[in-house]
Amino acid sequence: MQQLTEIRWHARAGQGAVTAAKVVAETALAADQYLQAMPEYGPERMGAPIKAFTRISSDPIEIHCNIENPDIVIVLDDSLLDIVDVAEGLTDDGVIIINTCTPPEQVRTAISIPATARIACVDATGIALDTIKRDIPNTPMVGALIKVAGVIDMDTFKGLLAKNLAKKFGQEMIDANWASVDRAYEEVTVA
Amino acid sequence: MPTHTTLAATGNSVVAEAMRQCKPNVMAAYPITPQTTIVEEFAGFVAKGKTDCEYVTVESEHSAMSACIGASAAGARVMTATSSQGLALMWEELHIASGMRLPIVMANANRALSAPINIHCDHSDIMGARDTGWVTLFAETAQEAYDNTIMATRIAEHPDVMLPVMSCLDGFITTHSIDRVSVMDDESVAGFVGEYEPRNALLETGTPVTHGAFAGLGGPYFEFKKQQREAIENARAVVSAVGAEYSALSGRPFGAIETWGMDDAEVALVVIGSTAGNARAVARHLRADGKKVGVVKVRVWRPFPYADLAAALKGMKAVAVLDRAESFGAEGGPLYLEVRSALYDLETRVPVVGYIYGLGGSDVKLELMERVFSDLADIAAGTAAPAGLVYLGAREEA
Repeated sequence: MQQLTEIRWHARAGQGAVTAAKVVAETALAADQYLQAMPEYGPERMGAPIKAFTRISSDPIEIHCNIENPDIVIVLDDSLLDIVDVAEGLTDDGVIIINTCTPPEQVRTAISIPATARIACVDATGIALDTIKRDIPNTPMVGALIKVAGVIDMDTFKGLLAKNLAKKFGQEMIDANWASVDRAYEEVTVA
Repeated sequence: MPTHTTLAATGNSVVAEAMRQCKPNVMAAYPITPQTTIVEEFAGFVAKGKTDCEYVTVESEHSAMSACIGASAAGARVMTATSSQGLALMWEELHIASGMRLPIVMANANRALSAPINIHCDHSDIMGARDTGWVTLFAETAQEAYDNTIMATRIAEHPDVMLPVMSCLDGFITTHSIDRVSVMDDESVAGFVGEYEPRNALLETGTPVTHGAFAGLGGPYFEFKKQQREAIENARAVVSAVGAEYSALSGRPFGAIETWGMDDAEVALVVIGSTAGNARAVARHLRADGKKVGVVKVRVWRPFPYADLAAALKGMKAVAVLDRAESFGAEGGPLYLEVRSALYDLETRVPVVGYIYGLGGSDVKLELMERVFSDLADIAAGTAAPAGLVYLGAREEA
């Protein structure tokens, strides 16, 4: 039976959701998985709400359509909670991972989500500002994803992250990104 | 044997890679969404010295194709890429490229045409270029887009063909999605496509020739067109032979049509491009429930594989044809018309129903495929007559 995981990303343009979806896909490939990563393209402008989709599977992925019933939703900006139905179609045993300082119990009262689905919260922006010194929450969010849902391997992800960063940055930036992943992995809370 | 490397890459990225590996001498291109990243990545290869190619930046697609025609007539291996309005703007040049028998290879990122403005996938652009005399291949996946680009080079330059070839991939769905793709080493691809040996090159000054000269009343215009038809008919055998050879090299199957479940299918869905995967995924589920359903994917659009379609669909109780393009005023979309024509000479009439779907990138949900198979089951059971053209999934009020 095909093991298919479907992830939907919500972010604002410029937060790195597409880049994160790409590195997650590359990590899945390194584990000999099949993958699909596609942004939903619209009129692009910095700060506009965007969606991206990732599929990871043990077998070739044939379908080419949007993900309507994600197993995992990742929200890179909690200001989207008021304006986008981020949990739309989330599976009953799914999980939503949100970049926010608000605890998961409180988020549950604010969004429409199946009672059995899990909510995971992490202050990825705070972590990014502490470690990378820039408000780019995408990398720590993958750390939270790995803790909460598995799906991809931590060491492989960190290796590919370093490889991608090394094209533009030095070891210091790689270390800062690794630290952000580790901290989000430790600090994410689930309810 | 080739070395295969597996990548996580977009369709556009591997088309650019395939073009680099095919070593064109000239690329003239103008950017347009969702094709831009092909020519952008290729420009990067040129800038980094990874390919020895003259890259010509132009001010429009009309000029892009004009420059390609000039370079190809001069004797160069020439490639480019476009999409949508860009392809439309090339229209008169497309006829000139095929009429001058120039083996230009062009990728097209299939996209809707204005108006209203839309940058997303459908096949309106490419179906508008249907009668321009180009051999036309369609990809379902990034993998097929890579493979088709390499095969296109060999098909175009084959002495029995000498026609331009368009290699089409679905805008955004295939061009911009990261997918798992296997690419071959440079040497294997170079060996497969071989060196281009131009004939009648303008720069062969020792044997002067004229290209595209006046051939008016009493001139050979009519006979030229007959030769063009012969050339694209020749392409059937060449596509098949090149496909078989490439298949042996790559380990991936190739056919003008590709069938799934057709050995004992009672109803079938015919489709082009990325939607074939959606149709197959739904067909698998129906098969698990014992439903005898099949899927036929058309990979070569011109020359159209009439005989293959007739053989595959013979005896079907019902056939659905899915078009991602309109032919306003016709009985159905372009693919529908071709499939109906392919089935005309069969002894037993096969009921065919046409659907228009996914225009302007409208999401091809799996439930749409379920609906088509459900319609087919009703027609096959005799509980419903084939309906007229269906706008699949269109909202009543939008």
